[in-house]
Amino acid sequence: MMATSAPSDSTRLSLMQRFRALGLGRWLVIMMPMLWLAAFFFIPFLVVFKISLAEAMISVPPYSPLIEWDPNNAYATLKVTFGNYLFLFESRFYLDAYLSSLRIAGISTFFALLIGFPIAYLIARSGPTARTVLLSLVILPFWTSFLLRVYAWMALLKKNGLVNDVMMSIGLIDQPLQILQTDFAVYLGIVYTYLPFMILPLYTTLEKMDLSLIEAAQDLGAKPWRAFCLVTLPLAKPGIIAGCMLVFIPAVGEYVIPALLGGSDTLMIGRVLWDEFFLNRDWPLASAVAIVMLIVLVGPIMFMRNGNKEAL
Amino acid sequence: MSVSSVMPQTTSQAKPSWRQTDAEPFVRIEQITKQFGDFTAVNNVSLDIYQNELFCLLGGSGSGKSTLLRMLAGFEAPTSGRIIIDGVDMSHTPPWERPVNMMFQSYALFPHLSVEANVAFGLKREGLPNAEVKKRVADILDMVQLGHLARRKPHMLSGGQRQRVALARSLVKQPKLLLLDEPLGALDKKLREETQFELMRLQEELGITFIVVTHDQEEAMTLATRIGVMNHGVIVQTAEPHDMYEYPSNRFVAEFIGNVNMFEGTVVTDERDSATVHCNDLQGLVYLDHGISCASNQSVSVAIRPEKLRITRDAPNTPHNRCEGVITEVAYMGSQSIYKVRLASGCEVRVTQPNAQRDSGDRLTWDDHVHLSWDPDSSVVLTS
Repeated sequence: MMATSAPSDSTRLSLMQRFRALGLGRWLVIMMPMLWLAAFFFIPFLVVFKISLAEAMISVPPYSPLIEWDPNNAYATLKVTFGNYLFLFESRFYLDAYLSSLRIAGISTFFALLIGFPIAYLIARSGPTARTVLLSLVILPFWTSFLLRVYAWMALLKKNGLVNDVMMSIGLIDQPLQILQTDFAVYLGIVYTYLPFMILPLYTTLEKMDLSLIEAAQDLGAKPWRAFCLVTLPLAKPGIIAGCMLVFIPAVGEYVIPALLGGSDTLMIGRVLWDEFFLNRDWPLASAVAIVMLIVLVGPIMFMRNGNKEAL
Repeated sequence: MSVSSVMPQTTSQAKPSWRQTDAEPFVRIEQITKQFGDFTAVNNVSLDIYQNELFCLLGGSGSGKSTLLRMLAGFEAPTSGRIIIDGVDMSHTPPWERPVNMMFQSYALFPHLSVEANVAFGLKREGLPNAEVKKRVADILDMVQLGHLARRKPHMLSGGQRQRVALARSLVKQPKLLLLDEPLGALDKKLREETQFELMRLQEELGITFIVVTHDQEEAMTLATRIGVMNHGVIVQTAEPHDMYEYPSNRFVAEFIGNVNMFEGTVVTDERDSATVHCNDLQGLVYLDHGISCASNQSVSVAIRPEKLRITRDAPNTPHNRCEGVITEVAYMGSQSIYKVRLASGCEVRVTQPNAQRDSGDRLTWDDHVHLSWDPDSSVVLTS
């Protein structure tokens, strides 16, 4: 018994050692992004979370310290308040802002998908030369500042802007329409800005799809539309999920577009956040708003992650 | 072409339908042409395929065989000509309305569906009741011995299993015609041989007409009832495997199917039951036991298969059909040996000999001086 178990033990040990040697390299590779995330996401998150538990004060910084050190008696007091969070839930205003943000982001994501899918499909199905040209056209807007492009939309949509001028000159309308400072302008701005983020992941999934799958579906009796629903759509699911995630999540917290294109009644959490920080200088409340927004977004992120796993 | 006149009549009791002159073809391809821009992929092809045939379209890449198959499936519309399947003109019928199914070279299994759902896909499109779909799927999966894997996804299967799922999926709708695009191309050699016989068994059992596209001449020879060899968009010969090998009608087929030694020559005499051709390469006359019905002095090619040549140290005692040379290469293949013999004219000839004895003692080897000879009915004269 001893004789037979000894060699197997020694091989197991050497395997373990080998695994550890291999593990170190992997550990280093994994550490890099981990450190990055810790430095630029997790630590700032903790700071914001800490501020959200404080009370607003007129001081520098404008909030109460978390730990109060009494040098005379040599003891520390931990001062934590959940008052900011309670205030968020008591006030109808913040709930409305969250819901309105989710609605605007949701509707914008839907339209981005509706517009982005055919574009991605077209690019994926076109020849190599046309494909390169079309893809660079999709990416081209990134060469100009995002802010400039939103300002350009303001110029286009204002009362005596190009859109109104053209519609009036062809007799479509008599009076200039109020387009700027409406929810419509916000949808337009978000869809326009985030469309490339929808198209690119959709393109990647559609491009690697085997065309013979569609032919097989048709060969087995599915008309083109059925083949699309039963084969193309399910197989594009990872791309649809990735694209929606890339549009929805930044759109929820979007500040610039509703501020520049939206009206005073366009309520979005990004604007509320800005106002709390810079107008009211209520950093703790603003931090609480930010933390709750993060929690609100964790839900859809988890859902999409699960969906993606399933698709694989 | 003279070839048909010398073909021996096969004396089997039941004549297959493609040998009967009055049989109604099941698939009729009438003067089909397909052009992509100014490239002609299929050029004026006419072909009749009969019920219960296992017809092989054989050709290299770019020969147009796949395009022809895709036109039969309905994925490509012919530029001109007609496709008639079971008496109905289907030239412009979309694929989802044809009584035809196809097994794709890549198998094209739906990666997001289980084996079961893949096979059920076609039946569900017909709107059959669930119970019947279930039963037929279970039956066909049992037939290809995959019942135990019904709930797996395609990526969890081996190549051979995937191939059988693809086959089951295309058979479950009981099509009148099954098209198979390189059905065995992705399998390794051993599995390919097994699957060949499996395919033939299924075809016989189900009585469905099969059209197989392949570039592998061995595969075509084993599987097919008849072979159509394609080159540059044209069918250059249609024949049963045996006839295709023994009586190729032109140089392309002779060289494409199996190995062949080709000698250029000119006709010296040509009578009803004998002919002689002079070949410079052989530095002598080739004597044939049949006429070739062409003008004398016409230049022709004489094709001799490597296994039809006898290789000996001693000179044969025939005046014709012989030559001599030196062995330049020997390859021992186990069941047979391959020799390359350089003739005095500089021409190299390939000879294969079965290794009948374990050790013949006097084994031929490099630089041996040898004589080659063959029978009057071993060579084929080709005019095109």
